[in-house]
Amino acid sequence: MTDLTRLTLTEAREGLKAKTFSATELTTAHIAAIEKARALNAYVLETPEHALTQAAASDAKLAKGQGGPLEGLPLGIKDLFATKGVRTTACSNILGNFVPPYESTVSGQLWRDGAVMLGKLNNDEFAMGSSNETSAFGAVVNPWRRKGSNVGAGATGAVEGAHLVPGGSSGGSASAVAADLCLAATATDTGGSIRQPAAFTGTVGIKPTYGRCSRWGIVAFASSLDQAGPIGKTVRDCAAMLGSMAGHDPKDTTSVDTAVPDYEKAVGRSVKGMKIGIPREYRLDGLNAEIEALWQQGIDWLKAAGAEIVEISLPHTKYALPAYYIVAPAEASSNLARYDGVRYGLREPGRDIAEMYEKTRAEGFGAEVKRRIMIGTYVLSAGYYDAYYLKAQKVRTLIKRDFDEAYAAGIDAVLTPATPSAAFGIGEKGSSDPVEMYLNDIFTVTVNMAGLPGLAVPAGLDRQGLPLGLQLIGRPFDEETLFSLGQVIEDAAGRFPVAERWWG
Amino acid sequence: MSVDLATVKRVAHLARIAVPEADLPRLQGELNAILGFVEQLNEVDVSGVEPLTSVTPMAMKQREDIVTDGEIADTIVANAPASDDNYFMVPKVIE
Repeated sequence: MTDLTRLTLTEAREGLKAKTFSATELTTAHIAAIEKARALNAYVLETPEHALTQAAASDAKLAKGQGGPLEGLPLGIKDLFATKGVRTTACSNILGNFVPPYESTVSGQLWRDGAVMLGKLNNDEFAMGSSNETSAFGAVVNPWRRKGSNVGAGATGAVEGAHLVPGGSSGGSASAVAADLCLAATATDTGGSIRQPAAFTGTVGIKPTYGRCSRWGIVAFASSLDQAGPIGKTVRDCAAMLGSMAGHDPKDTTSVDTAVPDYEKAVGRSVKGMKIGIPREYRLDGLNAEIEALWQQGIDWLKAAGAEIVEISLPHTKYALPAYYIVAPAEASSNLARYDGVRYGLREPGRDIAEMYEKTRAEGFGAEVKRRIMIGTYVLSAGYYDAYYLKAQKVRTLIKRDFDEAYAAGIDAVLTPATPSAAFGIGEKGSSDPVEMYLNDIFTVTVNMAGLPGLAVPAGLDRQGLPLGLQLIGRPFDEETLFSLGQVIEDAAGRFPVAERWWG
Repeated sequence: MSVDLATVKRVAHLARIAVPEADLPRLQGELNAILGFVEQLNEVDVSGVEPLTSVTPMAMKQREDIVTDGEIADTIVANAPASDDNYFMVPKVIE
């Protein structure tokens, strides 16, 4: 039989429907692939028994011609989503062995629709990072290698050589999808955490409009920016996933009460006559020439498909990243106050309650999380609130206004590069200056600040042989247009599967 | 704006994170790098601009003021590092 893990999500769905193979066979193939790929460190918890139980239930339904839209399809779940009875840590020591007695709304909807859970995926601690190096479970390995790289699987099963990062924070999700360790994965995006790792691994990722997916049961980082979304092998796969993940939830007051369209219907729809904005502010000084060329290629592809290309201006682009590094840490410092050693997770004993808090948090949080909590605490402290937080929220109004004006002028979507470079090596960035790492999100962060949907789609390889992605930014709640445009790019560029499974 | 060592110490305490004296200078450098980076916001004229409070204009929903959940004390304390008789246990607060 052909290797079932090489299928896309929607191909596997058709195979199950046609009874070419069973959900149990499909799940077993993925479990075997995961066992052989432990060196990638994509999964922090494997749940094979849980998966096989779900697959057997799916097979029973499929045999009767029943089942939901994702019936029998094995997925990976980012460890930021609470899964009932299954350890959820946000990849932080402070959550220790937290076992949620509830299910996040988004993952619950996937199980409602028949999906199978293979396990929990690695991420940067509390989703704070752009390389998946801050996880308490250790770094994730990108299945892509530079041409001529010495990276390989060592005798002990660990990776040898200087490997590449998969991006972050959804690095486990991106690595697992790229390495065929699940058909698709859930992810979250606060400043680029779906789109940047998708771009680094040749996969597709969409951050939906703020409010499209419920945040209930997802470990909070920055509540006004966090959104869940899928990472998949194709644009169509992401459309199928989002259809199940999205929807109104009374338990999240910021979740929007509007019907979820059939996103797959938008895949393959004509983009003729659409107006695509090219923001001049994204042409940064010193922009990598290969990224520049990729962007032009994307413009040419959309033009060839009948779209109209319009140069636009988003004058406050430059200020999105600095404003983000006030807003996100401020909200994080508030959200992470709950980890105090009392109700769940780690506790370090102290002489009194204050010392217990301080020692618990010192022991439980990693360096990047502590840094962000402290910045957040500082910018919210008495005397600084107006100068930092209020100012940043005003700048945010201006960032959003830039997009509002472009859309009011008739722009349907905006095309930009997804990242300023291809995947970099482990330990290469941010060791002395945290800002160096933050700059990775320069093209993605504006989208979170304005609450808009953004899709990253692979569009080419650089001269090192590594994938590069383009980003499409849409109007609020118009993910459909992004799927239509994304498919045009996928059709033109082709897909970017990892050629060699060198890891096991 | 940049922070001095005393401020780093004060912020660590406000954040309830124990920081050893030896780590304070490194942390000071990192915080100042971030504060230096966000300084560019001073170039933006925000006079007359309202701060953004919600990216999607929507009215908050109201629900009926009734009890919909509860009676699950065992579940709530199940993950607590220390609990007794469905109470969370903490070090003595009042002498």
